[in-house]
Amino acid sequence: MATIVLGVGATRGWRSTLVGAGAGFLVLAVVVAVFGLALNAIPISALRLVVGALLLVFGLQWFRKGVRRVAARGLAGIQVTREDEAVEWTGEGLDWTAFVLAFKGVVLEGLEVAFIVVSFGASANQLGVAAIGGVGALVVIGVTGVALQSLVTRIPRSLLQLVVGILLTTFGSFWAVEGLGVEWPAGDGAILGLLALYLLTALVYTAVERRRAFGFSPGR
Amino acid sequence: MGRLLSWPVAFGRFWYRFIVGDDWTVAAAVAVGLAGTAVLAARGVQAWWLVPVIVVAVLGVSLRRA
Repeated sequence: MATIVLGVGATRGWRSTLVGAGAGFLVLAVVVAVFGLALNAIPISALRLVVGALLLVFGLQWFRKGVRRVAARGLAGIQVTREDEAVEWTGEGLDWTAFVLAFKGVVLEGLEVAFIVVSFGASANQLGVAAIGGVGALVVIGVTGVALQSLVTRIPRSLLQLVVGILLTTFGSFWAVEGLGVEWPAGDGAILGLLALYLLTALVYTAVERRRAFGFSPGR
Repeated sequence: MGRLLSWPVAFGRFWYRFIVGDDWTVAAAVAVGLAGTAVLAARGVQAWWLVPVIVVAVLGVSLRRA
C-alpha cells in the first residue's frame, strides 16, 4: 500500500495522490467501524469459529503464495521498472488517474489489513486495542515509507507475505478449533506449537518448491 | 435488469476471490477439517490435531498442483 502511494505520488504528483489515499482511508475506517459493531453483537464462540475459519482460508492463500514466491524469487524486493512508472500530471484540478490509483491501492490493500484487525480484535474481544494497533502500524509504515522511500522498494515482500500467512494460519487454526468447543493442550500456549509447526512446514515446502523449480542442483 | 443483477454477482465474486482465492480445494479442505473436528468433539474426542494435519496436507497438495 505504502509503495503504491509513494510510487504514484512521486510520479504523478502528491496532491491528488494524497486526496485519493485519504478517501481510501475514510472508506476503510467506515468498513472497520461497521463490521466491528456488527461482530460485537455475535456470541464469542460462534465468532471465533467463523472468524477463525475465514482467517485460516485467507491466511492459507498468503501462506501458499508466500512459499511459491520465496522459492521462486528468494528475498528480492519489490521491483519497479521504468515502464511501470506513470507520467507526471501537469494539468489543472484533480488528477483522477493519481486519485484512483492511490484510492484503489489504499482500499484494496488496506481491506486486507482491516480484515485482519477486525478478525483479531473481535476474536480476542479487544476490538479497540486491535484498531489502535492497526492505526499505529499504518502511521509507522507511512512515516517510514516517506522517510526511507528508496529502502521501501527493497523490502522482501515475498517473505513478508509468507510470515503474515503463517501468523494468520496459526491464529485461524487456534480460534476456529476453539470456537468448536475443543480445548487445546496447554491452552494459549498451543499458539506457539502451531507457529512452530507451520514455520517448519514453510521451510520444508519452500525447499521442496525450490528443488522443483531449479532441479536437484540449484547451482546448475 | 441485467445491470441490476450484475452488481451483486460482481460483489460476490470479489469477496470469493478475496477470501477463497484461486484454489477452492483449500477452503473445502478447511471446511471438511472443521466439520470433522465438530463431529469428533460431539462424540467426546478432543480432535485439536485434525485441523493442523489437514492444513499441512492441503498446503502440500495445493503447492504440488500449482
